[in-house]
Amino acid sequence: MKALRNFLDKQKPQFEKGGKLEKLHSMFDSFETLLFVPDKVTFAGSHIRDAIDMKRTMITVFVSLIPALLFGMWNVGYQHFLSLGQSPDFWTMFFYGFFKLLPIIIVTYGVGLGLEIVFAQIRNHEVNEGFFVSGLLIPMIVPADIPLWQVAIAVAFAVVFGKEVFGGTGMNIVNPALVARAFLFFAYPGNISGDKVWISDKADAFSGATPLGNALVGNFDNMPSVYDMFMGFIPGSVGETSTLMILIGAMILLITGIANWRVMVSVFVGGSVMGLLFNLWGANDYMNLPFYYHLIMGGFAFGAVFMATDPVTAAQTSKGMYYYGFLVGMIAVLIRVFNPAYPEGMMLAILLMNVFAPLIDHYVVESNIKKRLKRLKAVSN
Amino acid sequence: MSKETKEREPLFSPKNIKLITGPINLSNPITVQVLGICSALAVTAKLMPAIVMAISVMVVVAASNVLISFLRNGIPPRIRIIVQLVVIATMVILVDQVLKAFVYDVSKQLSVFVGLIITNCIIMGRLEAFAMSNKPWPAFLDGIGNSLGYGLILVVIAFVRELFGSGSLFGFPVIPQGLYDFGYVNNGLMILPPMALITVGVIIWIQRYYTRELIEDK
Repeated sequence: MKALRNFLDKQKPQFEKGGKLEKLHSMFDSFETLLFVPDKVTFAGSHIRDAIDMKRTMITVFVSLIPALLFGMWNVGYQHFLSLGQSPDFWTMFFYGFFKLLPIIIVTYGVGLGLEIVFAQIRNHEVNEGFFVSGLLIPMIVPADIPLWQVAIAVAFAVVFGKEVFGGTGMNIVNPALVARAFLFFAYPGNISGDKVWISDKADAFSGATPLGNALVGNFDNMPSVYDMFMGFIPGSVGETSTLMILIGAMILLITGIANWRVMVSVFVGGSVMGLLFNLWGANDYMNLPFYYHLIMGGFAFGAVFMATDPVTAAQTSKGMYYYGFLVGMIAVLIRVFNPAYPEGMMLAILLMNVFAPLIDHYVVESNIKKRLKRLKAVSN
Repeated sequence: MSKETKEREPLFSPKNIKLITGPINLSNPITVQVLGICSALAVTAKLMPAIVMAISVMVVVAASNVLISFLRNGIPPRIRIIVQLVVIATMVILVDQVLKAFVYDVSKQLSVFVGLIITNCIIMGRLEAFAMSNKPWPAFLDGIGNSLGYGLILVVIAFVRELFGSGSLFGFPVIPQGLYDFGYVNNGLMILPPMALITVGVIIWIQRYYTRELIEDK
């Protein structure tokens, strides 16, 4: 470690103002802070002493994604061999999925971090860790067979128009990972929707419809069992299938206090309430689907745990979080049941509510001010 | 008599030239004044309709500018908007009929947007801001200039959108078949209006990057 530190210290002057490689200072900076805790401290004013910084936050989210990611890799292999009618051993399936996903992850990080460094360089600020999590989220919300050039374009679009035009990490209005997915969904629908794409290298005869796809066309006899859907033995985007693994990730996020439980819980409550309302209405088979199906099918759980809770794009006030989460859940189920063009509503629901989050906050703050003014009046009278 | 012999301003004096070049860059109706966005999003999925739209708007703006400029001293200020609307509406109907007669296919694609030229903010804006207080010739140049600025942006957006959205220009496929065999797919999002908005955004971005005058003081 010491040798590494010394090496970095020796190289440092080259990257500082006036040095030979000044142009690459942001790259050096990000590399250095990746290896060592920065030694910068604040000088004046009171501040909270806690080692938490963006890096630790991001690493925690990263760790919480690992269970779903590993399961996703295995499931890619499992679904592939299942469609071929084979059942090889565990590691064959895992490595099949691993080698399917690795290029997607590499392309995502390569393009995303490359653009982040370019923007950091132009704007003279440090490369920050914002893309660290988005870069892992994106491969987890696409089908395993997605062409890599499409991933590259979508990531570039998401980083530039989802984030950098607003001023970089922390300033974005909508979740960049979901922008990438929405871009793919609308730009290249052939590779990310329908029955053909969810199982990698699927045998033609095998039905590859996801539970949501089945539900949409009214094919309720082919629905997998609740157990299968909860455990994740179903076709779908890489990371979203296993509700169990996502819940493990949710536990990590909640115990460490990185994600806010208000958003998470209210998304699930919102989805359940909408499901129950539809059960009461019961106009068609889809509406009669038990409400908990909605929570374990498709990307609902993944979106609720990892996407809706994004602290930048979610509502900021405690009360606002309840409204925000509740509406995300409700709209997601609403889109699923009502809109025949979009089998999955979670992505659109979160993006929509991302846009409305500042409005929710505004009204929460306003109402609080009004309440306190009233109290003040009552006291002063 | 002395007034009549006053030196006449040449037709293309620097001031008049500025009426044409100004709206193309520094006071572009779309990218700087942000007017006429609706039609810029609606008709730019293909190049052909965009160009026809640009020409139609040019005819309408220039002609109504000149007409209103002739009438400007006779219009009672209280009903000026109605008079302007009548003039614009007449021009739009003329353009619409001509399009239907000669380029029926394009007219079908443009459908309601030809009629909606009436509501294009650029036209009312130019009539109110320029034609009501200037002579016919400058008013004509101003109309041409503004519709050129509008049309230029329209064509650029339509070029990008048709190239990447449909892989063609003016309806002729330009992206080689080999690329499709290689796995290339046309970008479906380019066909949808949101991408037109983003393209406008990118144009504004590039324009401001190169035109420092447009950047507001902080």
